[in-house]
Formats: sequence, structure tokens, C-alpha cells
Amino acid sequence: MTPNLESALQTDTVFRTDNLDIYYGSFKAVRDVTMEIPKNAITAFIGPSGCGKSTVIRCFNRLNDLIKSFHIDGKIFYKGQDLYASDVDPVEVRRQIGMVFQKPNPFPKSIYDNIAFGPRLLGYKGDMDELVERSIKSAALWDDVKDKLKSLGTDLSGGQQQRLCIARAIAVQPDVILMDEPCAALDPISTLKVEDLLQELKENYTIVIVTHNMQQASRSSDYTAFFNVQANEKGQRTGYIVEYDRTEVIFQSPKHKATQEYVSGRFG
Amino acid sequence: MTSQDFSLSSGRSLKRSQMSFKTLFSNVMTGIAFACAIIALIPLVALLYYLLINGFARLGPQLFTQLPPPPYQPTSPQFNTGGFGNAFIGTLMTVGIASAISIPFGVFASIFLSEFARDTKLADSINFFTNVLSGVPSIVMGVFAYGAIVLTTKSYSAMAAGVALAVLMLPTIVRTATEALESVPKELRQAAFGLGATNYQTILGVVLPAAIPGIITGVMLGVARAAGETAPVIFTALFNNFWNLDPWKPTATLSALVFNFAGTPYKNWQQLAWSAALVLVALVLIANILSRWITQRKR
Ligand SMILES: Nc1ncnc2c1ncn2[C@@H]1O[C@H](COP(=O)(O)OP(=O)(O)O)[C@@H](O)[C@H]1O
Ligand SMILES: [Mg+2]
Repeated sequence: MTPNLESALQTDTVFRTDNLDIYYGSFKAVRDVTMEIPKNAITAFIGPSGCGKSTVIRCFNRLNDLIKSFHIDGKIFYKGQDLYASDVDPVEVRRQIGMVFQKPNPFPKSIYDNIAFGPRLLGYKGDMDELVERSIKSAALWDDVKDKLKSLGTDLSGGQQQRLCIARAIAVQPDVILMDEPCAALDPISTLKVEDLLQELKENYTIVIVTHNMQQASRSSDYTAFFNVQANEKGQRTGYIVEYDRTEVIFQSPKHKATQEYVSGRFG
Repeated sequence: MTSQDFSLSSGRSLKRSQMSFKTLFSNVMTGIAFACAIIALIPLVALLYYLLINGFARLGPQLFTQLPPPPYQPTSPQFNTGGFGNAFIGTLMTVGIASAISIPFGVFASIFLSEFARDTKLADSINFFTNVLSGVPSIVMGVFAYGAIVLTTKSYSAMAAGVALAVLMLPTIVRTATEALESVPKELRQAAFGLGATNYQTILGVVLPAAIPGIITGVMLGVARAAGETAPVIFTALFNNFWNLDPWKPTATLSALVFNFAGTPYKNWQQLAWSAALVLVALVLIANILSRWITQRKR
């Protein structure tokens, strides 16, 4: 979208969207999304609520397919493949592109079974205990739960539950982890733990994160997309990307006045 | 200065005045509500009291191991002998057959209703028929099973009673199981889909296990209701004075035994009927306690 991004994106592009318009029925929720999401980096989506951040991020793993009225115009490519081509299996997509949600949503099963759920679906043949331990360790949760893997995941604290959900997403060894406001329901200390975790995960995964928290975006992300929303003459509020660039640029020298106002807290 | 005066002079007392209309009214209403609650409990307590007084006398292991006795005079030394072991087994058998039919049907129907047809016209009309079915008098279920099974197999049987009771249990199971499945948070479904689960892996692996306590509650309530039903069993299973484990033969049940024995002039049969009634109520109670226990344990 922005020319100076090109060089940075030389590395590798995981997602590329091309004039993406997203609809719920006849309501155009988001328009004209053209962006590239680089590999092994953290890309943050910021913007006022209702501007379509969740809608866009859910297109990346085809989770919106569960909503009957949902459809798109335009294209999304994942490593060069058209994600919405008719022969693409959304189930396969979601196995490679994991997701962590706003509200921690562990299954009402044991901690162990929460992690093992995904690998079992895939028919994982290796050492399950080892995979569970490794996944929990990568989510910086091992010390909290190593003595109680058989107890319910839903009995953990909110911050631990969210790290359990991250571990659960990691366990299926995805390429990408999408996170939709993963810290919105967490206290500040748990939030910092998750942010530290993001930096570690970035080594191996591509991360797209929606956040309401400006500090979080500026501290942890490499690229930031600022979304805004605009009402048309019929009163439909359609979201769009105002500016997408390296995080330092968005926060220190944005090109648009709206971005400047949003990141400095004067709006939204 | 002035402000202090003001606050002192205008400070109204915060004490409750016992005699004010407001307080009196509130006390009287509380009293009336309490009295109504007690009155509502009287029939239940009276019922349990009667059952215990009349049924307890005969309670003992022989009830479950012996066959019903012939009529005896209270003076007879054999007055206290005999039991209803065959009817107890028969009730377990008919309810077991009914459960084996209605639980799978009911649970699959509710999976369909909550997971595949939610908010569709089809689900609406199935719900409507379920409600109608739950309002149909139980004797009609008996007539249905009589026509469908007793007449075609030319024999009264536990199987016929099981079918009648299954139809009776079905609406309870479908309704509670559908509610339990629908109340599974959509976040859990999304979590499963997000991990690459297919529709059916999500339902069997996440939604159904999360809904199990609610489903079990529904099943228990259905079982408890079916166990005590009389009308549909008296002309499907009929009765049997002897032991019977063949589901295609006439079979004794506790409720039919109460029906048959309570109205006779024989004191020992009347006592057996009381004891059978007590055992039935105990079964219902156990089913309810079990379902509560399972629901709470799973939280
Ligand atoms: N399932 C849905 N059906 C219809 N409209 C929806 C649905 N989900 C979101 N929307 C609408 O799409 C717009 C963008 O929502 P969302 O993506 O949740 O915004 P954000 O995550 O930025 O707060 C909003 O106007 C919202 O009302
Ligand atoms: Mg959102």
C-alpha cells in the first residue's frame, strides 16, 4: 500500500489482500483493503471500535465463513494461494492459521486435553506428552501449571487461560497466529506477560494482532495498520485502512492527521 | 457556622419507625408469602409422611427378591411374606428399553435442532410438535403402543411398554438437551473451529461434552417420569405374577402393581402397594438427586 513498505516486505509476504471489500448481507463492513502482511513479524491493527478490525482478521483464517450473510469482493492470498478459491478447504486453512480470541475460551476439559485437542484432530502420532509440554512452555505457562495438567483449564485465572489458549493454538504448529484483542480481558501484569510472549513467538510465527491498546501496538508490533470508519449517505458505517506502515512511522510521523490524532489519544 | 447549623437541624432520623405504614405493609406481605409457601409444601410433606408410615412397615430385602403373595388374613403367620421383585425388575426393564430408544433419538434430535437447524422454520415446527407431544396424555401413548406393538405381535410385552414410555420421555429429553446444547457458549465452538475442527468434530469433541451435565439432567427427569407412569403400561406390559426377563412377554411393573393391589380388599396386598409406591418415589428422588449431583460436580 505504501511504497516505502516495499523494501521491508522484500523478505516474505504471508498475506496479500487485493481490493478487499467485506460484506454482511448488503452491509459493506470494510472496503478497499489492500495490504501485505510480512512473515515472522508482528502486525498490529488499531482503530476505533466498529471499524472492522475483527472482520478483517477473521477473513485470514476463514472464520467468517461461519456467518451466513458474510461474503467478500476482491482477493486474499496466503503464500500466493487464493484463500477463497472454491477448492480451498476452510478447515485446512484454520489448521495452518491459528487464532486467539478476545475472551479466553479454554474448553471445559483438563489443561492437558485443551492442548491435545488440536493435535488429536490432526491425528498427531508423535509423543503427545512432549508436545503438550513444549506448547505450554512456549506460552510461558509451564511453571504455573506443570503440577496440575489434569485439572480443568477453565479453573485457571484469566491471564493463565489466555496463555493456555495461545499454547493450544501453538500445539497444532500453525504458520500464523491471529489474535483479536487477546489482552482486552486481562489485568496489566498478565498483559505484559502476553506481550513478552509475543516477542518470543515472532521468531517462529507470523502474528497479526488487533489491539485497543496504543502502548501495546507501539511496544510490540513491527507494522501497524490504522483503520477508521466512515458513514456513507445512507448511514452505513464502512471501515477502511487510513494508513499502514512500520510501527515507528505510524506512531512518530504519520502521514494522515486522523492517524496522528488517534495514536496520540485525541480521538477514538 | 451557618452551614453547620443547617446540617444539624435538617438531619432527618435514619432509624426505621416500627409503626409506619410502609414497615407494617412490608411485614404483613412477608408473612403472607411465607404462609403460602408453607401451605404449598403441605401436600408434598403429607404425601411423603403417608408413604413412609404405610410403606415402611413392609420395607425389607424380601420385597426385591420374592414374588407377590396370595391374599392372606392379617392373622395369618404368612401375612408379612412376599414381595414385588418381579415388578421391580419389570420397571427397570421397561424404563431401560424406553431409555435405550429415547436417549439416542432424543440426543440426536437435539443435536440436529441446536447445531444444524437452529433458527430455521424446520426447527420451529419440530419444537412445536415436541411441545404438543409433551402435552399428549400418557394414556394416548399407551393406546399407540397397544395398536402398534401389542396387536401386531399378539402379546402384551415390556417392549410395548418401553415404546410407550420412550415416546413419553422423548419431549423432555429433546427439550432439555437442546437447551443444554444451545447454551454452550459460541466462543467454545469458535475455539474448536479455529483449531481446524470440522463441524462434526466440534460437536462431538467440544459442544456435546460441555452439554453433558444438562443432557443427563434431562434424561434423569425423563426416566423419573417414565418410571412412575401407569396408564401406558397397564395395557401394554399388562402384568405378570411371575418372574419374567423376556421383553416380548407380559411383564409386571411397580406402577401397575400399585394400581392392581391398592384397590383390593386384601390388607397384605394393600401394604405391598404402599411399599411399591414408596420405592417408586424413592427411585424418582434418586434420579433427581443424581442429576443435581452430576450437574454440580461438572461446574
Ligand atoms: N456477524 C455480523 N453480522 C453483521 N454485522 C456484523 C457482524 N460482525 C460485525 N458486524 C459489523 O461489522 C462492523 C465491523 O465490526 P468489527 O469487525 O467487529 O469491528 P471492530 O473489531 O473493529 O470493533 C460493525 O459495524 C459491526 O456491527
Ligand atoms: Mg473487534
